[in-house]
Amino acid sequence: MRLIKFGILILLVTSLPVHAALEIKITQGVGNAMPIAIAPFVVTGSKKPPQVVDEIIKADLKRSGRFKPLEKSEFPQRDVTAENMRLRLWREKGIDYLVVGSVHEEVPGFYKVKFQLFDSGGVKQLAGYTIPADKSSLRMAAHQASDLIYEAILGIRGAFNTRVAYITSGQRGGKKRYIMQIADSDGYNARTILNSPKPLMSPAWSPDNKKIAFVSFEGNRSGVYVQDVLTGQRTKVSARKGINGAPAWSPDGRRLAVTLSNNGNPDIYVIDLGSKKASRLTRNAAIDTEPVWMPDGQSIIFTSDRSGKPQLYKVSAAGGSAQRLTYEGDYNSAPTVSADGKKVAMVSGERGRFRIAVLDMGTGETRVLTDGRLDESPSFAPNGSMIIYATKEGGRSVLAAVSEDGSVRQTLTLKGGEVQEPDWSGFLN
Amino acid sequence: MLRILSVLFVSLFILTACGKKKTGPDDGTQQPGAGSVTTPGGDSSPQPISMDPFEDPANPLSKRIIYFDYDSSQVHAEDIPIVNAHAKYLADNTGARVRLEGHADERGSREYNVALSERRALSVKRLMAFQGTRADQADIVAYGEERPVEFGHNEAAWSQNRRVEIIYESK
Repeated sequence: MRLIKFGILILLVTSLPVHAALEIKITQGVGNAMPIAIAPFVVTGSKKPPQVVDEIIKADLKRSGRFKPLEKSEFPQRDVTAENMRLRLWREKGIDYLVVGSVHEEVPGFYKVKFQLFDSGGVKQLAGYTIPADKSSLRMAAHQASDLIYEAILGIRGAFNTRVAYITSGQRGGKKRYIMQIADSDGYNARTILNSPKPLMSPAWSPDNKKIAFVSFEGNRSGVYVQDVLTGQRTKVSARKGINGAPAWSPDGRRLAVTLSNNGNPDIYVIDLGSKKASRLTRNAAIDTEPVWMPDGQSIIFTSDRSGKPQLYKVSAAGGSAQRLTYEGDYNSAPTVSADGKKVAMVSGERGRFRIAVLDMGTGETRVLTDGRLDESPSFAPNGSMIIYATKEGGRSVLAAVSEDGSVRQTLTLKGGEVQEPDWSGFLN
Repeated sequence: MLRILSVLFVSLFILTACGKKKTGPDDGTQQPGAGSVTTPGGDSSPQPISMDPFEDPANPLSKRIIYFDYDSSQVHAEDIPIVNAHAKYLADNTGARVRLEGHADERGSREYNVALSERRALSVKRLMAFQGTRADQADIVAYGEERPVEFGHNEAAWSQNRRVEIIYESK
């Protein structure tokens, strides 16, 4: 009897679903999302794989807002495979794209994910790959498949196989804790990188996605640090007198643009990570902060209130005079630049409402993308398709993502805590 | 004239100290009702029990939070005597040290708010310097919006969060 109970317990434990730390809810979608069918993948091998790969792909494509994955009940063919599919039937139902695939366990714990994407109209294969994976990398393999499907259809690299770093804060045992975490872009695999009783701020992925620069207030003073994500090794970059904040990696990963105030008031400096030497970029009695590099590494965009209110400015990475970029609204700050350098997203305040807006660097036009009251901390996906940011929902701070044209929006809620300051990583492979 | 003014100020403190919601600093040093007993050093005559000036609600030193308007780093005229009292204490006690913690409300971007909160702490520090506080007696930490005391998303909470806390590291 005891043995049976034990057996049931094990079964219960092992069959518990892996909960996402972040729960994603699509709050606004596009009407012209493309119908796509992701057939359940054929599973072979001794044991069921720990992840349902086709479900992950389905969720990824749905989250992008560009696709409308169909339910099985809408399929014209049941149990469709590459061998038995009749593309004409799918075309007749207006389903342009069909994905079939399999997950084969080669040796226990090791899998081969195979998928093929078909265009029912052109009656041809658009993409077909096999991706090797083990138990822990099966989700990653699914995201890679999503990336390849996205790219084959839209001609833009997918950004599903990416990560997000963010800060959560909450009470633990009556004491406030600040926790820096990283998670997959779909909110799964959240893990803690650093846990502190003092504020942690402004996480920023290095261009190679191996390190995170951030601000910590340990010892009651601000400092800029860089932590290796894999090893946890942490180096102090700057803990000068005054503000040490707003770290931004240069595209070559060798320098950090930061805000320092040790010379009297906040200015932008560039710190060489090798020598730790800081060179001053701006010289102004106003607040200069929140630097971000243009992708070519030639110039830096930052926030300054030299006009009386915070606005965005651009300065050469070699120094010199700054050029004002924003004129609309009475508060524009916290810039983030798309990978192609064509768009700058920011916090835009007007009449006491703070929302995310995008400035087109070509036309100079600004467009407001969100409708929150306290939206902040925008960060571009590496393919420029979405912007992740922090917003308030039910009085709590949550993460949200909006497509760069404002048409798709979703929220990511972390159970039991405030989530803020998201930073989207670059492409992982 | 000055005397009358200062009496007026003191009575104002008592009034504001009673009327305002009490928001204690987070340094854990505040113990309501705690008094200090001066120990007779060899002298056997009775010594008066005086209240710790930092705990005495009638003493401006008991007030250690300065509040600010939105996007402003200007110390309100009615708070200047509080800053001056601490400045004078620091000038008189050269071994005393304070940490001026600047804070902002949650509106706008986080790093800009760090800069804004530093500006607030600097305003307090400048006022203190006029009263003879040495620069090395007051350290500034700019926390921005990272350490709110009120968690609401409205002006009532924001007005409590736009502040500079004067925290004694040594008296």
